Amino acid sequence: MSFSSQLPALQIVVPLLTAPIVMLLRGSSLAWCAATAASVMALCIAIALTLSVQELGVLSYAMGGWQAPFGIELRVDALSALLLLVTTGASSVALLSGRSSLARDMTEGQQPLFYAAWMIALAGLSGIAVAGDAFNVFVFMEISSLAGYILVAAGPDRRALPATIKYLIMGTIGATFYLVGVGQVYMMTGTLNFADMEVRLAEVTAQKPILVAAGFITVGLALKAAVFPLHMWLPNAYRYAPHIVTAFMAACTTKVALYVLLRFDFVVFQGNLSGHMDQYAGFLAPLAILGILVGSAVAVTEHHLKRLLAYSSVAQIGYILLGASFGDIAGLTAAFTHMFNHALAKGGLFLVLAAFALQVGGLRMLDIAGLAKRMPLAAAAFLVTGASLVGIPGTAGFISKWLLLSAAIQQGALGVLAAVVVVLSSLAAVYYIWKVVEQLYFGGPAESPATPTPAASAGLEAPPMLLLGIWGVALANIYFGLFPGFPVGLSESAATELVSHLP
Amino acid sequence: MEILGLYNYWVFIVLLMIGLYTVMAKPNLMKKLLGLSIFQAAVFLLYITLDKIEGGTAPIIQADAIGQIYANPLPQVLILTAIVVGISTLALGLAVVVRIHEAYGTIEDDQIQQADLRE
Repeated sequence: MSFSSQLPALQIVVPLLTAPIVMLLRGSSLAWCAATAASVMALCIAIALTLSVQELGVLSYAMGGWQAPFGIELRVDALSALLLLVTTGASSVALLSGRSSLARDMTEGQQPLFYAAWMIALAGLSGIAVAGDAFNVFVFMEISSLAGYILVAAGPDRRALPATIKYLIMGTIGATFYLVGVGQVYMMTGTLNFADMEVRLAEVTAQKPILVAAGFITVGLALKAAVFPLHMWLPNAYRYAPHIVTAFMAACTTKVALYVLLRFDFVVFQGNLSGHMDQYAGFLAPLAILGILVGSAVAVTEHHLKRLLAYSSVAQIGYILLGASFGDIAGLTAAFTHMFNHALAKGGLFLVLAAFALQVGGLRMLDIAGLAKRMPLAAAAFLVTGASLVGIPGTAGFISKWLLLSAAIQQGALGVLAAVVVVLSSLAAVYYIWKVVEQLYFGGPAESPATPTPAASAGLEAPPMLLLGIWGVALANIYFGLFPGFPVGLSESAATELVSHLP
Repeated sequence: MEILGLYNYWVFIVLLMIGLYTVMAKPNLMKKLLGLSIFQAAVFLLYITLDKIEGGTAPIIQADAIGQIYANPLPQVLILTAIVVGISTLALGLAVVVRIHEAYGTIEDDQIQQADLRE
């Protein structure tokens, strides 16, 4: 047993064990150091796993030496590796750059507890990506969600609390639906391991319970992934959470739920339910298109920056789902690449908002008027990451939109219609991003900040770590726009893996 | 007879619907959480039902009971975990409700929304 073969387990164990340590540490700096170190270590593990997946293919790890399907299997393939990179990367960047912003949102004593919850959320999200059986996915999903509710409730505004309870109720209903579905599949197959389910389902003759299970699982996970019209929890949860938490969550939580949805659907159901592809595409594609249209339309009319970006997220989830509903390699590649690129763009945008919030009191349109004069670097980063969200050539967002459009056009007449919707929504994105940029650069002079921060009085526009993080992400957006080989290659092998399960 | 034979599943569905209805229809956050608990408890019943085998006893191997049929222990283990998840969710939800009461002075959803609108 070499060290590198233990990496799939370490991916979960490192943040999970750091959580109690962080909680016991007194003093927020120490807690932040420990949490950030664990998160960066998790990122390194994810990178190592990605490299070995690219080299060796699927990695399987038998927990405690008990072989699957009886033991618990951890399974890392290209899709899990992509998800792991997004989650651990978002967590590391957000923690590295978010210290000062978080310190403003919480008291000194709350911070160690907050970082502990963050570690548990990270462990849960990584766990979902590596778990090889349906029930562990449920447990990790609830671990990450429960910790996520705590992170949202840490917001300084009292309205964070009703937002949290809404998120908690919706999230729990989603998870319970998933559990009902898993129970029915278990009833018919007697197994929980994804790979084993696929094999044993082939022997099941009664398809009705499986179909009902597919319905429960799809609806439950769509609720967790904020697929339109089940997105009602998302805008307020994103708005009232601490800004850094929003950056972390926007980059990964909904995508992880989509990952489970796609994995379950393609690995377990597609091969065994006759005509399931039509049901699946017929159910999800209209929701994706409606989500794209409604999300973009509401974002255009929003005046609060965080809610604007949150509704834009609803539209972006629509893009990912639309690509996935094509059910071929091109569509899935576009969907997975968009998961990666959207995490880069949206995570970056929310980090920029965190920097803005340190300077001005609120994040409404009026508050940021003319802010570019005082914060030229952060405003320029908003321009770059915003361009990536819109999909301007030369940025990461362009690559995935291009892949999505070319996948859509291959689908025939309906696909062309979907492509038109994508283009329309991109135009809406141009409008709402430009609205912000215009206000930043050409708006009236901003009033003096309500509470000057230490950074402002020192003459810096934002804390150096935050600026560094923002520009790191912004440059990554440009880098992956010019050299998209890595995310696209990984997405392509993930898509090929999933499509190989089709009948 | 067949309908009566599925007695447990009917109870499961009724409980599930009672829970979901309570969550959606009641403005009181405490009642919402109680509904959520009933909703989750329904799923526990589903799992416990599907592990029961007619004539099966508790899955503990005894020396003198040869040829004994046992109930399937796996769903029991699963549901033990799900119960823990349910309790944690309820505890966290109650904690948030306490904080909502401190911040707003009410736990009625409509009154909280009105208070937010006034801000």
